[in-house]
Parts: sequence; structure tokens; C-alpha cells
Amino acid sequence: MSEYILELKKVSRYFGSVIALKDIDMQIKLGEVHCLLGDNGAGKSTLIKTLAGVHLASEGEFLLNGVPTAFSSPKDALDKGIATVYQDLALVNLMSVTRNFFMGREITKQWGPFKVFDTEKANAIASEGLAQMGIDVRDPEHPIGTMSGGERQCLAIARAIHFGAKVLILDEPTAALGVKQSANVLKVIAKARSRGLAVILITHNVHHAYPVADRFTLLNRGKSLGTWKKSETTREEILEMMAGGQELENLEAELAEFNRVDQQTATA
Amino acid sequence: MVDASHDSQASQMQNAAPDERVRKESFFKRLLTRPELGSVSGALLVFLFFAIVAGDSGMFNADGILNWSTVSAQLGILAIGACLLMIAGEFDLSIGSMIGFAGMMMSIPALYWGWPVWTCIIFAFAGAMLIGFINGYIVVRTGLPSFIVSLAFLFILRGLTIALSILFTNKTIVSGVSEVAEGDLLAAAFGGQIGTSFFNWLGQIGWIETYSDGSPIVSGIPMVIIWWLLLATISSFVLLRTQFGNWIFAAGGDAKAAKNVGVPTDKVKIILFMFTAFCATVFAACQVFEFGSAAADRGLLKEFEAIIAVVIGGALLTGGYGSVVGACFGALIFGVVQMGIFFTGADSDWFRVFLGVMLLIAVLFNNYIRKRVTGSL
Ligand SMILES: Nc1ncnc2c1ncn2[C@@H]1O[C@H](COP(=O)(O)OP(=O)(O)OP(=O)(O)O)[C@@H](O)[C@H]1O
Ligand SMILES: [Mg+2]
Repeated sequence: MSEYILELKKVSRYFGSVIALKDIDMQIKLGEVHCLLGDNGAGKSTLIKTLAGVHLASEGEFLLNGVPTAFSSPKDALDKGIATVYQDLALVNLMSVTRNFFMGREITKQWGPFKVFDTEKANAIASEGLAQMGIDVRDPEHPIGTMSGGERQCLAIARAIHFGAKVLILDEPTAALGVKQSANVLKVIAKARSRGLAVILITHNVHHAYPVADRFTLLNRGKSLGTWKKSETTREEILEMMAGGQELENLEAELAEFNRVDQQTATA
Repeated sequence: MVDASHDSQASQMQNAAPDERVRKESFFKRLLTRPELGSVSGALLVFLFFAIVAGDSGMFNADGILNWSTVSAQLGILAIGACLLMIAGEFDLSIGSMIGFAGMMMSIPALYWGWPVWTCIIFAFAGAMLIGFINGYIVVRTGLPSFIVSLAFLFILRGLTIALSILFTNKTIVSGVSEVAEGDLLAAAFGGQIGTSFFNWLGQIGWIETYSDGSPIVSGIPMVIIWWLLLATISSFVLLRTQFGNWIFAAGGDAKAAKNVGVPTDKVKIILFMFTAFCATVFAACQVFEFGSAAADRGLLKEFEAIIAVVIGGALLTGGYGSVVGACFGALIFGVVQMGIFFTGADSDWFRVFLGVMLLIAVLFNNYIRKRVTGSL
């Protein structure tokens, strides 16, 4: 048993001439939320796709529980306990809540000589999983195309948790969500951690990440700027370090200036 | 994964009043989201129409019924394969050519090479499914549209059928299969009939008409109808009730998403290409052993007829949605109208006009349904 469930050593990934990732080092621990921060195009999605078995690393070493590993497919990664909720959620709009929930890992029961999809049990599990996130499913056999973005997000997370993931990877889970749903997702993340899962959380939003994260890794243009423990740093430092931290400060100053002008014109 | 506190929480939820945000949808609206709605109601309309227009023409006598149900069954067999494949997001335009090719694959060895008929049938099925495999393999490997890949096979197979039958037999129509197939059980499974004694009895008690020698005008149910019902039942069951069925929907609904959660979409698609080839071969075998001959031009345009039946049956051309039952009713509409126009004595050109109009209506209707289901309406 290694200290880390997942460990990356100098992992690089190239797409033809594009260097999407270069020499990334990262350690993921069970019972911790590891936050991956970075600007658009920094390589966050690419990094987690290498973790999830979608892409192979072009270079570098990948240790699962201390053992060098290469996932042959997303299914292989899933079977080894690494579940990913993608930015595009990996849901099929034309299919029902339940069919989506169990897509690729259908539960079956014996029906005479045949193995059939156990619809009733699957419906119950899917409804229950979503209920834990505060989402009432109106009809689990209804296509999910009509669900809201937040509801679908929660469906994807509930699915990953249900299938016994050890490492839960979330790509921008709060991007499309309202305030209440974001809070719910963050609560779910905290809950997953308390169950002993490792969570890798990708986000642009430090304010969402900071309350739940235990460690931060910053990516910039395909390279890692380093990893910090929450106890060693502050929200402001992280903001600063993220590319554009400086710009955000400038923006705030500018907005304050607009406000002041607005007020002046209003009183005049 | 689920601990006790959550269980109780969930059961409380189930006991609670129904969600106030669920509006009671009318029975009709719920029905609208069923893919087979269009074709089932279409079939009813068509029956009603011909019952009025051609009710006394013999179309609904025993032999008339046999007539249009055989036509429907033939197309239905093809439509079932095409339906599953379309739900998985792919097309096979080579079905029609495959019918001619498979027919020759079972007839030539039987007639010219002296193979036992049952081995010829197995040979034809194996050959057809191998071609289906190659077709599917190229599609999933290259990511090219199956429309183009199978269009290539449409020409390759038709050309091969004609060229090879001329090469081996110097003819494009080979006959005399009935004689060599006599007593072959596997051949009888395609070209035979069942219930002959039952129909004899029906004739004797006067429930169905008889020829002057006392034999009933319908001597049994052709195996092609049995194959249709059998394949429809199995396919519908697989699609709706099994893991593989869920994979079919997933592969066509969003192959990338499905792949990301571990659905082997490539495997699913290849299997379905093989299944369409299988269905085409069943069609071919039924024809060869019923008529006792094979012809190089058999199955011309059948690929389009099958796709039309599937679309009338409510499947989306873009994949992810559809129904085997719907496709079967699509084939039934097809058969009834084709024979109905024949029975009413109308010009058969009207059949094509009707087909085109039906197809257009079906596509518009399906498009509306898709928008409803995906919430963009
Ligand atoms: N399949 C691919 N082929 C070529 N280039 C790719 C591929 N996937 C990603 N890239 C490139 O790699 C870089 C990193 O992309 P990635 O999607 O990982 O960014 P990201 O950090 O997730 O951005 P965002 O915050 O916008 O989601 C981008 O420049 C992108 O164009
Ligand atoms: Mg991304």
C-alpha cells in the first residue's frame, strides 16, 4: 500500500505538434480533495483524460497504488476505481435517467434463461442516488434531455459515486450550476471525501474550490506551477498565482470605478 | 454503497406527496413520446382505408391476407436489422445487394458444386456475416460515415454477384434449387410452411376457400412470416430489456459519451452490421427456397425500402431512438399499401407517390418528437 492512490511522475502528453502537458508531477491521496486550477487551455481536461484512460500518456510514469499502470480504456480505469465526470458529462440526452445512470454497467437479473436489465431495481437506485443530492427525479424513465444542466451534473456525479469509485474526478462540476446546486455539489464532494474517496476537482473558480480543497495544483500552458497544501497558503495567494490574478485585481478596481461614476451620475 | 440513513431518507421521499412540479401530462401527450405511435396509427388508417376501398376485392380473404403479410414479412425481416443498426447510429445501404449475393452463395454450391444444401446455407450465412463484419470494421476503424462505406459495398456486392455467377454458371439466374433441396431440413426452415394440416382442416370445414380438388387456397403459413415474428420478438426483447439493448441506444445516442463510461460501442456496431447481413441472408434464403431459384438482381432497392420502413416506424436517422415494433408496423404499412393498390387495380405508380409522402410525413413527425424528447421544444 502506497501513501498515494495515484501518482504521476513527469507525465507529458502531445497531440501531434501540440504540447498539451509537459512533465506533470502530481500525488493524489485518499480522503483528500485535490484541486486542479488553471486557465482555459491550460491542459486540465487533457490531464484528467490521461488519468481516466481516455488518453495514454505520451511520456512519464503513472503509479496506481504504487504500481506502474497504463489504462487501456476508460472502462479499465473505471474498473480500477477511477471514475470521471466530464465537462460534457458523458450522458445521452435521448435516454432515460435510469438508462444513463447504468450506461455501460447495467445491472441484470435472471429472467427464465435470460439475463435482463433489472429496470425496477435500477430505477430505485437511480432515484435514491439523485435524492441524496437533493434532486427529486420526477420519472426515472423519462429522457434526460428535459432535465436542467444542474440536474444532469448531479446525475453524472451520483452515478460515479454509486459505482464505488475510489478516485472521483470532476471536470468543472460547478460551471453550469446555480448557487444552491453549486453548494450541493460541494457538499457532495465533502461527503465523498469523508467516505474516504480521493476527489480531483477541476475548476476556474477559486471561491468554489477553496472551502473544500485540501491541496491545490496550478497548471499553466501545459506545465505545473506546483502543488500547495491549503494550510500553507491563502485564497488570495492562489488567486494571485493563477494566471490572471493580477488582471482580476485590476478588473475589480475598474468595476469599483464604474460604480463610483454611476453613483455620481445618479446623484447629479 | 448506500447506508441506512439514506435508505430511510429515500423511503420518506417516496412516501411524500408527489412532486408539485410534475404536471399531469395527458395520456395522449405521453403516448406521443412513444416511437411506435406513428406507424401503429398509420397501419390502422391504412387498414381502414383499404377495408372501405377494397373490402370486396379479395384483399381480406385468406389468400389476400397471406399475400400482403408475406410482402410485409419479407421487408419486416430487413427492417428489423436496419432498425437496430439505425438506433446504434449507422446505416447499411448494402442490404439489397447482400440479398442477391447471399442467394448466389447458397445456390451455386448446391447446384454446381454438389454441396449438401444445409452446408450451402451455413456457408451463405457465414459469408454474409463476414462481409457485415468487414463493413462494420471499416466504419468504426475509420470513423467514416457508414452511408459511404456501405454505399461502396452496395456496388461491390452487386457487381460481384453478377460477375461471379457468370463466372461459375454462365447465367445470372440459377434455378432448380427446389429439386436438390428436397428433404433438407434447414432448407425447409426457410422455404417451407407450417400448419398445413390445420389449413387443410380449415378448408374441409369450409372456413377458407378451396380449389376444385379440395385443397385449401392457403396451404400453410410461409416460414418467412415465422422468421419475421421470431426476429421481431427477439430483437425487441434485446433492445428494450437487456444490457446489450442499452448499449445500442447509447452507441447511437452519443457514441463518445457511451465510450467514456465504458460501453464498447465499436463492438456493438460491428455486431449490428453482422446482424443486418444475417437478416438479409434470412430474406435471401426464404426467397431461394420458396421459389427454387436465385437471381443476381434480387433485392434491388430493398435497402431503401427497409430504411423507409424503419423511419416510418419512428426511428431517428441520427440514431439513439427508435423501436423494433415500430419498424415492423412500418413494414406492415408498406406491404398492405403495395398489395392494396394492386387489389384496387390502381396504377402502381401511385405506390411510389404514397411512399414518398409517407416518408416525408414520418420524418417531419419524428423530428417533432425528437425535439420534444430532448427538451428543445
Ligand atoms: N485531441 C486533441 N488534439 C489536439 N489538441 C488538443 C486535443 N485535446 C486538447 N488539445 C489541446 O490541448 C490544450 C489543453 O486543452 P484542455 O482541454 O486540456 O484545456 P483545459 O485546461 O481543460 O481548458 P478549459 O478550462 O477551457 O476546459 C489546448 O490547447 C487544446 O487545444
Ligand atoms: Mg476543460
